[in-house]
Amino acid sequence: MSGIPHDHYEPSSGGEKWLHKRLPIVGLMYDTLMLPTPKNLNWMWIWGIVLTFCLVLQIITGVVLAMHYTPHVDEAFASIEHIMRNVNGGAMLRYLHMNGASLFFVAVYAHIFRGLYYGSYKAPREVTWIIGMLIYLLMMGTAFMGYVLPWGQMSFWGATVITGLFGAIPFIGESIQTWLLGGPAVDNATLNRFFSLHYLMPFIIAGLVIVHIWAFHTTGNNNPTGVEVRRTSKADAEKDTVPFWPYFVIKDLFALAIILAVFFAVVGFMPNYLGHPDNYIEANPLVTPAHIVPEWYFLPFYAILRAFDGDVWVVIAASFLTGGIIDAKFFGVLAMFGAIAVMALAPWLDTSSVRSGRYRPMFKWWFWLFVVNFFVLMWVGAMPAEGIYPYIALIGSTYWFAYFLVILPLLGVLEKPLPQPDTIEDDFKANLGKSSSKDGAPVATPAE
Amino acid sequence: MLKKLALAATLAMAPVSGAFAAGADGHVENYEFSFEGPFGTFDQAQLQRGLQVYTQVCSACHGMEYVPLRTLSSETGPGMPENQVRAYAEQNFEIYDEEIDDWRPARPTDNFPANEAAGAPDLSMMAKARAGFHGPYGLGINQFFKGMGGPEYMASLLTGYTGEDKEEAGAILYENTAFPGGWISMAPPLWGDDVDYADGTEATIEQQSKDVSAFLMWAAEPKLMARKQAGFVGVIFLTVLSVLLYLTNKRLWAPVKARGKE
Repeated sequence: MSGIPHDHYEPSSGGEKWLHKRLPIVGLMYDTLMLPTPKNLNWMWIWGIVLTFCLVLQIITGVVLAMHYTPHVDEAFASIEHIMRNVNGGAMLRYLHMNGASLFFVAVYAHIFRGLYYGSYKAPREVTWIIGMLIYLLMMGTAFMGYVLPWGQMSFWGATVITGLFGAIPFIGESIQTWLLGGPAVDNATLNRFFSLHYLMPFIIAGLVIVHIWAFHTTGNNNPTGVEVRRTSKADAEKDTVPFWPYFVIKDLFALAIILAVFFAVVGFMPNYLGHPDNYIEANPLVTPAHIVPEWYFLPFYAILRAFDGDVWVVIAASFLTGGIIDAKFFGVLAMFGAIAVMALAPWLDTSSVRSGRYRPMFKWWFWLFVVNFFVLMWVGAMPAEGIYPYIALIGSTYWFAYFLVILPLLGVLEKPLPQPDTIEDDFKANLGKSSSKDGAPVATPAE
Repeated sequence: MLKKLALAATLAMAPVSGAFAAGADGHVENYEFSFEGPFGTFDQAQLQRGLQVYTQVCSACHGMEYVPLRTLSSETGPGMPENQVRAYAEQNFEIYDEEIDDWRPARPTDNFPANEAAGAPDLSMMAKARAGFHGPYGLGINQFFKGMGGPEYMASLLTGYTGEDKEEAGAILYENTAFPGGWISMAPPLWGDDVDYADGTEATIEQQSKDVSAFLMWAAEPKLMARKQAGFVGVIFLTVLSVLLYLTNKRLWAPVKARGKE
């Protein structure tokens, strides 16, 4: 696969030639930045830059926070207050890091939904998708362990509940749980290893991000039509694309600036809005909070975890068929991880030959229902598991699985797709006609 | 689609903070505080009055072990002159010093002492460790508009005693309209005129409650004013940057779009 035809880096000066022969690093950077990018990308294609920014922000603020933090059960909580009160700019750093995690997840969910709508996961981009899912899993692990570090009440009890999930694995669960915690319960050993891993995993994420980018730079970007860039000649490719620099760099930076303005408003004016008050109380193994609630970005999966209790017939059936090996608790754990697994398998579950949801009249409805369902699950995950909420969670969880396991496979057969444009260029022109035909005046020329 | 997702994301962030409606919630009055809103600042006179209430009433049972005494001189806090802070520390608190293996008067470099004698919770972060407002329906909208409500909760709690009490399992519980569940083990701490305000403010129960709540908000979030200012500068700077980038982007793409129209 040779990629989209385009100009490659040619070293001109003597120094550049000297370096290029020994290490073609400038060429690598040039080809990465000048990648031909479909010129019809819409505003949902900005989240990659936002995510990259988040990773850098979290690593920089995190490295500085780690200089002042003490990973010990007797001192962790106090060291956070030391950061908040005594370290120069410490309060700002910590609030940036706390809310940076939320921005990271807002962006990753938008990024994933974009991929689901425009069929970015389909051939030939399955590897990009799978690596993306791995990054997402690592993000969740990193965020979870980071939340434990302040050693507040929710830190401690969240860690207790989540590591308890591993204890639900039949036969070997308890040994695994003890091994993960470094002891029989969440304690100093747990805090130490979580701190170590919380520091390590972002760098693994950074490595995977490079592979993620490498993969889609090989296949080329998807775009709102799902139609591939013409590769018949350089001239054809140039009709469908513009180089990433400067066209999309500037566009993405514009979007990033707006998003960061909102982000700074949250950090400056309501930094604790997304947090939980209980985490300003030091961890106490003897006092259980009234409701143990994870951070907002885990809530949909927390809802799926809790949805399958012992009264649900599939759980009863699974328990009966396996002779009790799969009990309700283990079923919930399987469902939670399964929810992400079926999403990772989307490239092989979606049977439609059409990539973009734009040309799939039935798919659109199911997709938007999926998005709404995601937010319903998020909401119900924050509610106590009583009254009507478990039923809502069960319906929502069922739809999650049905979307990937039933709807996506069937739609490919049942649905009659709309006609797609022949080329990206056609789509770009059609959109121009729609949006800017009114200001038909000649396009402003540079003033100088 | 972007708009829809942005809206959805905003709504989605809401449920979290409303997530902890704990059973039968008490009534929390939405008191006005000077530090609310994007431009809110601490009222220095109020913080000093609140410090007085804390020192003369609350500190009998409650510690404040994470708050350094020297920060009382902070310009964006109570703003006491340094010699006053020194005198305040010496007169009010004794610290156990490991180096001399003995008790000595507190210095500005010490923190407020912890106080576990009565089993009362530490007040350092109390204003952030309680939420006065919830929901509705776990959506967090109330907290978006009214704030988390920590200080409002504390002021409501201090004014919320009905005068009823009962004995339960050997402990006396006092009825309180703000406390979740309605019965609290803390005896009513304020009766009116518990302190003599130096600035002549009348020390009603409500006045003292609001003052000490404001003081505890400062104790929990001493960098609040600097944070809001940084947030404001950040938003302004990024808004200007967005406009510049918007114009750059528009001009950059103009020739591409012009070519597309041909």
